[in-house]
Amino acid sequence: MSKEKNNKSLNGAGVKPQKIRRRRVKIKPGKVILYFLVGCLLVFTAFPMVAMICRAFMPLSELYIYPPQIFVRHPTLSNFSELLTSLNSSTVPFTRYVFNSLWVTIVTVFLSVVICSMGAYGMVKHKPVGAATIFTIVIAALSFSSHVTKIPNYMVVSGMGLINTYAALIVPSLATAYNFFLVKQFAEQLPDSLLEAARIDGAKEFRIFWTIAMPLLKPAWSTLAVFSFVSNWNDSFSPLVYITSDAMKTLPLALQTMAGGAGVVARSGTVGAATLLTTAPTIIVYTIMRGRVMQTMTYSGIKS
Amino acid sequence: MSNAATAIKAKPAESKFRRFLRENKTGWGFLAPFMILFLVFTVVPVFVAMGLSFTNYNMIQTPDFTGVQNYKLLFLEDDTFITAVSNTLLFACIIGPAGYIMSFVMAWFISLCKHGRGPLALAFYAPSLTSGTAMSIIWLVIFSGDRTGYLNHILIKIGLVSDPILWTKDPQWILPVVVIISAWMSMGTGFLVFLAGLQNIDPELYEAGKVDGIRHPIQQLFYITLPLMKPQLLFGAINSIVNSLAVFDVAVAVAGFPSPNYSAHTIVAHLYDYAFTRFSMGYASAIAMFLFVFSFTLSRICMRIFRSDD
Repeated sequence: MSKEKNNKSLNGAGVKPQKIRRRRVKIKPGKVILYFLVGCLLVFTAFPMVAMICRAFMPLSELYIYPPQIFVRHPTLSNFSELLTSLNSSTVPFTRYVFNSLWVTIVTVFLSVVICSMGAYGMVKHKPVGAATIFTIVIAALSFSSHVTKIPNYMVVSGMGLINTYAALIVPSLATAYNFFLVKQFAEQLPDSLLEAARIDGAKEFRIFWTIAMPLLKPAWSTLAVFSFVSNWNDSFSPLVYITSDAMKTLPLALQTMAGGAGVVARSGTVGAATLLTTAPTIIVYTIMRGRVMQTMTYSGIKS
Repeated sequence: MSNAATAIKAKPAESKFRRFLRENKTGWGFLAPFMILFLVFTVVPVFVAMGLSFTNYNMIQTPDFTGVQNYKLLFLEDDTFITAVSNTLLFACIIGPAGYIMSFVMAWFISLCKHGRGPLALAFYAPSLTSGTAMSIIWLVIFSGDRTGYLNHILIKIGLVSDPILWTKDPQWILPVVVIISAWMSMGTGFLVFLAGLQNIDPELYEAGKVDGIRHPIQQLFYITLPLMKPQLLFGAINSIVNSLAVFDVAVAVAGFPSPNYSAHTIVAHLYDYAFTRFSMGYASAIAMFLFVFSFTLSRICMRIFRSDD
């Protein structure tokens, strides 16, 4: 930053005005290559998504057709109705998995938002002794995946008798370093004056946090909510470890069982519909919250 | 701070310890729920896993200390582990840098666009929002081993192959297939961070740069944008390392568990196998420690590379 500023001040006097002129719009080979590469990349990212959406609405006749079709010709909702009705007669209805996933994810997101925002606010605005050390540990915890700690976590969860409960999927994923980090970085720029004013008015500390800090931290905790929603909704490792009963499985695992297990090509329409129902919520949540996510990510850099 | 000062005036006899407690009470109070859960489920487990890795433990009997026996077995005798490590490294070397660079290029491209930023960003980022297990169902249709698979169909149609390739059954092809799917899913890692970082750079700096002759977008990228984005680049790099070393669910969903000839076996798959199917927690902890030390070291190296001067 300082380098550019120095350059500016050094050369500022000697600006040659004739150098600043409008460039003509012309087609450059560099640009063509860039657009081509970006186009290819977009086709690569979008193709499976398009295929997934289309297959969910394909009637059976189109799913088994040769040559294989990507786009749906006669869209139908029969896959969805079949998914929600015919499977109800089997031992665990599909709606149960939807409920499991929704319940676990929503409770985790809510508690995680409260716990991480409180912690980050306390660390930034009250600066208790040890805050710096804690933050160093949080940064260190960003650099390894949760798989490292799964064995001791499993020992705690099974020791508390939580195997096959919703709590097993919720409690261990509440205090995530990543989430805490995001809110903490954002909270740094909260103005002290507002909090101080409330304190002079005699507001209790928790009230200040809840009624003044939380609304100001909204972009940060909405972002945390989006990321927490996405990672918990998609998490298939925790249920694999903590859940053994069919009725407690969440969508990703249940979907794999429905598709016939790992490595099996599932062509049935119900599986297509179930795949769409499993992937859609995260994309919808992200789309709604996009603006706030971008506002928060601006503060996400780590200075080392 | 201010109410602390008034309180001291009122009670001069207050001991240092009490004052210390009172000054930190609120901060610690707010931090407590997070800290308790963070200690129990993240910090202490690292040390517990470290301790367990030197023992033989099956969840029923008390762990007995065996020294470095687990590590000896792991590095010298466990061929499957070596396969897992080399597969994971291959994943990490391709998915990590490729995803990272593509994320950046795409974020940079989008930030230069005047229209359609939102839809473009969503189209690129959507795969990262999906569940690996769920999307594997679609990928298996694409990579299906018979003629009705999209890829085989296209390859046969343009005459590149005459017989359909068994993408997910043939050990030779499983690894590339898993790499492609994981790359597809991980391209968005860091994308949002980069996009936000790029949008946040003061446009005046580019104006200032123009005065100094930094005019071409590529020049601007290397002389202005990248140096200013070091903190974001570091955050993105760490996420990308952690993600690329943790490949598991896609590999399992596509190739099965265990995969044919262990061709898509990863470190996390090995860890899962020993911990939660064989319940030899001591040995599995040694695998976890390897993963920990490895990703921690790589992240430290990144912190050196992207050191911010200010």
